[in-house]
Amino acid sequence: MPVESIFPRLEPLLPSVQKPIQYVGGELNSQVKDWDEAEVRWALMYPDAYEVGLPNQGVQILYEILNERDGVLAERTYSVWPDMEAVMREHGIPQFTVDAHRPVAAFDVLGVSFSTELGYTNLLTALDLAGVPPTAADRTDDHPIVIAGGHAAFNPEPIADFVDAAVLGDGEEIALAITEVIREWKAEGGPGGRDELLLRLAASGGVYVPRFYDVTYLPDGRIQRVAPNRPGVPWRIEKHTVMDLDQWPYPKKPLVPLAETVHERFSVEIFRGCTRGCRFCQAGMITRPVRERSITTIGAMVDQGLKESGFQEVGLLSLSSADHSEIGDVAKGLADRYEGTNTSLSLPSTRVDAFNITLANEFSRGGRRSGLTFAPEGGSERMRKVINKMVTEDDLIRTVTTAYENGWRQVKLYFMCGLPTEEDEDVLAIADMAKRVIRAGREATGRKDIRCTVSIGGFVPKPHTPFQWAAQCDHETVDRRLRALKDALRGDKEYGRAIGLRYHDGQPSIVEGLLSRGDRRVGKIIRAVWEDGGRFDGWSEHFSYERWTTAAEKALADEPVDLAWYTVRERDEVEVLPWDHLDAGLDREWLWQDWQDAVDETEVEDCRWTPCYDCGVCPTMGTEIQIGPTGRKLLPLSVV
Amino acid sequence: MPEGPAPAPVTQRLRVRYAKRGRLRFTSHRDISRAVERAVRRAGIPVAFSGGFTPHPKISYAGAAATGVASEAEYLEIGLTEIRDPARVRADLDAALPPGLDIVDVVPVRAGRVGDAQPRAGAFVDRLEASEWRIRLDGVSSDDAAEAVAAFMAAGSIEVERLTKKGLRRFDVRAAVSACELDRRAAESADAPCAILRMVVRHSTPAVRPDDILTGLRQVADLAPPSPPLVTRLAQGPLRADTGGLADPLDPDRETGLPSGDDAETARGQERPQPGDAASVDAVSA
Repeated sequence: MPVESIFPRLEPLLPSVQKPIQYVGGELNSQVKDWDEAEVRWALMYPDAYEVGLPNQGVQILYEILNERDGVLAERTYSVWPDMEAVMREHGIPQFTVDAHRPVAAFDVLGVSFSTELGYTNLLTALDLAGVPPTAADRTDDHPIVIAGGHAAFNPEPIADFVDAAVLGDGEEIALAITEVIREWKAEGGPGGRDELLLRLAASGGVYVPRFYDVTYLPDGRIQRVAPNRPGVPWRIEKHTVMDLDQWPYPKKPLVPLAETVHERFSVEIFRGCTRGCRFCQAGMITRPVRERSITTIGAMVDQGLKESGFQEVGLLSLSSADHSEIGDVAKGLADRYEGTNTSLSLPSTRVDAFNITLANEFSRGGRRSGLTFAPEGGSERMRKVINKMVTEDDLIRTVTTAYENGWRQVKLYFMCGLPTEEDEDVLAIADMAKRVIRAGREATGRKDIRCTVSIGGFVPKPHTPFQWAAQCDHETVDRRLRALKDALRGDKEYGRAIGLRYHDGQPSIVEGLLSRGDRRVGKIIRAVWEDGGRFDGWSEHFSYERWTTAAEKALADEPVDLAWYTVRERDEVEVLPWDHLDAGLDREWLWQDWQDAVDETEVEDCRWTPCYDCGVCPTMGTEIQIGPTGRKLLPLSVV
Repeated sequence: MPEGPAPAPVTQRLRVRYAKRGRLRFTSHRDISRAVERAVRRAGIPVAFSGGFTPHPKISYAGAAATGVASEAEYLEIGLTEIRDPARVRADLDAALPPGLDIVDVVPVRAGRVGDAQPRAGAFVDRLEASEWRIRLDGVSSDDAAEAVAAFMAAGSIEVERLTKKGLRRFDVRAAVSACELDRRAAESADAPCAILRMVVRHSTPAVRPDDILTGLRQVADLAPPSPPLVTRLAQGPLRADTGGLADPLDPDRETGLPSGDDAETARGQERPQPGDAASVDAVSA
């Protein structure tokens, strides 16, 4: 049955909304496949505004991989801004894809990528606009299967009522496996309806279907246990790991939007995973082990991606890009290849050491020179031991001195506030460090125009990290410490004007904390917030702390738990955590030991270069660290 | 701070007429400028860059139709470091742009200027004396529209107000409109009941935009379209004294331009809509 485009109805309304271009599609390298020829149809959603969602690598990769397959169709949909939502409600226009403007409800699957928990209310908006019941249990065989992915899906319990399924880890292989299950089930005529399809997905072991698990609670509100409620469903659900990134060189044809987006560049993941062991970093913990993409594949991807997109900037993505075993050769090879072409290269995540400056010098040979960012994360030596960020203040000073000597005038330093065991003086130490940075810069260059920007984020304890048991710092304390830091910087006559300070207030972090470590009872809060108008919670202009606290009080009135219980409460070793049945590969005992080591200020080395410390991932998942060097070189391409 | 090597000089400048059509009319000027920069890179066109710390490609735009307004006649100028066949540039650039942003015509800037490092921005813009617009008003009958147009054209002056960057401004819209008529034939063959206006509007300061004229039509004749109008710029160029229509602003370059190859002549002859030709002139009269 053909599905009609809603565009003719949408088009006359577009002049009345902000930035209409974000709703029209037509991006370079976007695709519209024939509806009727497809056996399995995916709508892929990034639950934030188009300008944020379009560049998302996960969505672009799956979009391309799925569309490459015969009989499979994938289109994209993003959150619409409140002005558009109002127009759509007034005119009865459903949530649509931007590719062919088809109604989302017509697809077989709605795959939603959650990079952050603050997109949960946007999921509800999209479902409601789509005409899909927000509660999964209310859906019929006519509705798409709603599947959550992305890092936030490692604890999907707060949205367990709203999604049919969740997938943990790398999406490439599992998206295709899910497609096959759906294809077979549809070919058989959809036996057993929606329930049977979900059961088949759950039985595969790689897809978590929350409705097949019952959660029981202790009288004090803690979880008693999470157990399957029907046969054939596994007790634990494992994450997915793509082992050979060279076999998955996506995106090959990056989407190039007409609208302005947050990242205007072609990004290549140069490796996945990170074993530096920073204890606050959920990404580093859940994406283990390290798997490098080879220098030759990186070179080929950059070449093809630039040709296909026309972008002027290449980003080499990973959790710690300078750690690629052949990053020096990659940097030099690319800088040589693109010299004189006004193509700039960037390394978004870098570590604090002088080698970075060498890389940065290579990268800025083309003329463009972006800022340098370092992330000591903690202001004091003690704090950095707690979080296992093994950088000494002397390391940092050496690094920034080299940077200033090499012509940079500004560096950015990234920290967190509200870390476990943090005291006021740990945060005030940030001011001392920033002043030392300026002093070092002035001494190294003899100039006065040295600047540094201190950027501070609020720490949120995340599942599957050693800090999953930690008490989150209350927002009043975070705000007080940040004020004290601000006073210490502003009041300094000699250095104050050379140091910029950027931070956010602590309240949004509490809500993020609630959603990160919440259980199924938190779903009621999300729904209440959404019903009260909550949208785009990741945007300060839309976020309302009061809305969340009010909703939490109401939704949890009959429960022995409250907002504080979910956030600022420390958990003990035996407590069943909402995500304990979801397996990121990390050994629970190792995580607990690492948490104890954190409190004792004991550091752990990176297992890439030192013996294994038994975090558990490799043996559990049947994976291993995959790093070079390959010894190969990035050859200059012949000029076409 | 290390300086990059001196940028390669401009050896050829091309004037480009492009169209924004269909859903791509919702692109803003900034969107178009990014899309063109990327297309130029994808097409491998040897664009010149400015010098300095953040080099920019030498592409300049002569005005730009507003977001949401379609156009058959937008103009940009691009500086190249090597001589290229304009017909080839037209084809390559068009292929590299998303469908809906279409390259209509490419003409080299006339010989005397080649080698000039400094583009004389004013000179070409001055040729764009007026625009020809088509405004489609869905749900408006041709008779109602005709009455409004007659009242509009009969008025001596029509003052409208618009919020500009400099605040609320009040200005006359009547004087800028040299011709305004109803295209009944086009309206009859349209897919839904509508009225189609065609008009020639002089470029002035403050600019009189199609929506200002619609405001004027509402003021003089209570013409209130039930849905947003579909506005298309059909042409820009010098006002022709003989017909009241517009001449092709690229003609002066064509007359004295560098040889641009037979392909270019063929392509132009076949594909370029002629704003002043017989098919459209019936709707535009002085």
